[in-house]
Amino acid sequence: MAGGLAYTTDDLNDLTQAQIFGRVLMDLGSQHPEIVALSADLAKSTKVGDFFAKFPERSFNFGIAEQNMIGAAAGLALAGFKPYAATFGCFASMRACEQVRTDLCYPKLNVKIIGTHAGLSMGNGGTTHHATEDIGIFRTFANMTVMVPADGLETAKVISASIDHDGPMYIRVGRGFEPPAYESLDYDFTIGKAIEMRPGADATVIACGMCVLQAMEAAEDFAEDDGPDIRVINIHTVKPIDKEAIIKAAEETGVIITAEEHNIIGGLGSAVAEILAEAGLAGSVKFKRVGIPDVFSVIGYPEDLYAHYKIDQAGIYDSICDLMGLEKKDRDDEH
Amino acid sequence: MIHNYTKREDLVNFLKGKSVEVRKEIIKLVVTAGGGHVGGGLSMTEILLAMYYHVLNIDPKNPKKEDRDRFILSKGHGGVGICPVLADVGYYDHCMMDDFNQYLSPFGMHPDMHKVPGIDMSTGSLGHGLPISVGLALGARLKKASWRTYCLLGDGECNEGTVWEAAMAGAHFKLGNLTAILDRNRLMLDGPVNEIMEIDPIEDKWKAFGWDVRIIDGHDYNQLIDTFESLPPISSQKPVCVICNTTKGKGVSYMENQTKWHYGGLDEATEKQACDDIDKICLP
Ligand SMILES: Cc1ncc(C[n+]2csc(CCOP(=O)(O)OP(=O)(O)O)c2C)c(N)n1
Repeated sequence: MAGGLAYTTDDLNDLTQAQIFGRVLMDLGSQHPEIVALSADLAKSTKVGDFFAKFPERSFNFGIAEQNMIGAAAGLALAGFKPYAATFGCFASMRACEQVRTDLCYPKLNVKIIGTHAGLSMGNGGTTHHATEDIGIFRTFANMTVMVPADGLETAKVISASIDHDGPMYIRVGRGFEPPAYESLDYDFTIGKAIEMRPGADATVIACGMCVLQAMEAAEDFAEDDGPDIRVINIHTVKPIDKEAIIKAAEETGVIITAEEHNIIGGLGSAVAEILAEAGLAGSVKFKRVGIPDVFSVIGYPEDLYAHYKIDQAGIYDSICDLMGLEKKDRDDEH
Repeated sequence: MIHNYTKREDLVNFLKGKSVEVRKEIIKLVVTAGGGHVGGGLSMTEILLAMYYHVLNIDPKNPKKEDRDRFILSKGHGGVGICPVLADVGYYDHCMMDDFNQYLSPFGMHPDMHKVPGIDMSTGSLGHGLPISVGLALGARLKKASWRTYCLLGDGECNEGTVWEAAMAGAHFKLGNLTAILDRNRLMLDGPVNEIMEIDPIEDKWKAFGWDVRIIDGHDYNQLIDTFESLPPISSQKPVCVICNTTKGKGVSYMENQTKWHYGGLDEATEKQACDDIDKICLP
């Protein structure tokens, strides 16, 4: 949000990507009386507020008490309901961490957690509000499914699919100003099945979340210059991960770059590295993880931070060049 | 203290003038920042000015002075509210905040102790400040040091269990050197505290947890100064909770008591109206 604009919490919330989550959940709510919605003083910001407005009797705001919210979600699931609990990604993954592991994952309860404003999308909110560890944390919990939709449209797909999914699920969404990676909802979506966004024979970018579009644009840059042919794979499900798609890409292209709005430790890059190493491909594949290099981020608007940590189009492009030994573009004119 | 006034009346007049300056600077920073936690920033202005100018034993030229009093802003989203006060008492120049919230700025929504001089602890996730303050108070006692620890909390923040775990511990360890200050502006993010998650009877809760409780008008400098000047000695057996009744958005007519102004941005017209309103506030 640039300065000089008059807006309040109310108006801001009209703009967020989470809005799509809110709408879809609200629609699902009409068909599924067993859905209940929970928040922790972030009903408006996370957009679960749409559901709250339509189904007040099935909505519970726990105030600023994330651990209590997740514990209560476990109880509601035990009582036969399907809770959707929404808060910022940082608080879902870290404040309520043990409740998620021990009260949701261990008993394999049917609770869906929506972590909004994840990654660096809270920009100048700083480290306390960034969630760059959440994928890593939740990936290590047995029974947990970890979803990282690439944009608002895919968020809609994930929410719709989540209702029939048995067990706990973390759905990571951004703040909402991310441009879409998809043009329409007209594509096949299955939990656990990676999507090839762009074919390519020379290298593969395996990405999740906002990095998917950035990777596609980096690949497009190469195509425009008659450069290498870059495949882009969207891992919307980081767990259980689509091993076949990853191994196939490694064998066919020989160059793998992972791109994520997350610490390079523990997230998508680590998951892919584990697969490559166990498949015996560690020696034959050129591999690089692009992400936040194990630091607490500086502040700035999300786009500044994406550029700073090179998880944007230009950064991913440069990483591909580094790995493939290509000369980088002179981008000075673009700044 | 960071002033030379010997007469209370002069001090209070000086602080009242500062209230106007600081509130206008908050407005300016919200414009610079492209948005900010303006409501809760404006509600704590008198509390912070009374603390930093008069109550705290600090030396802004030596921010890490060993025997300084510690001040923990547990409601860390008050960055936009505290940073102008720290500049004003001399930790850094006001112009340092010209890039507030911008790329690579040391000044963000939630203050970082390694970037903002005068900040004793990085905060922003609610419910962390009081446990940290309990640790500081225990540490001071272990060292036989005479400094005090003050912790400023939001009322919505009191929903967090950790606040009450720390409240229990503060009384259990008989931390007479620990003072909690509650900015009780009665609003949180989603709405009024009593509608979102009731904390009342808040006074009884703190008392039941073993704390001494004072209830004052958090915009009244005389009450603030009287209360903090008369805190029991650090050797006393009970921590104190000062409940400050405040108004969220204080000083700006269209923001006062409005949930939506928890966070917001300003254009030229709303900025001007805010500053005009602030010029007109009459404090007790
Ligand atoms: C653990 C945690 N959960 C949620 C938030 C998001 N958040 C920031 S401010 C706020 C409301 C705070 O209300 P209150 O404590 O009453 O502060 P004030 O009204 O004085 O601004 C919330 C929910 C947070 N910062 N930390």
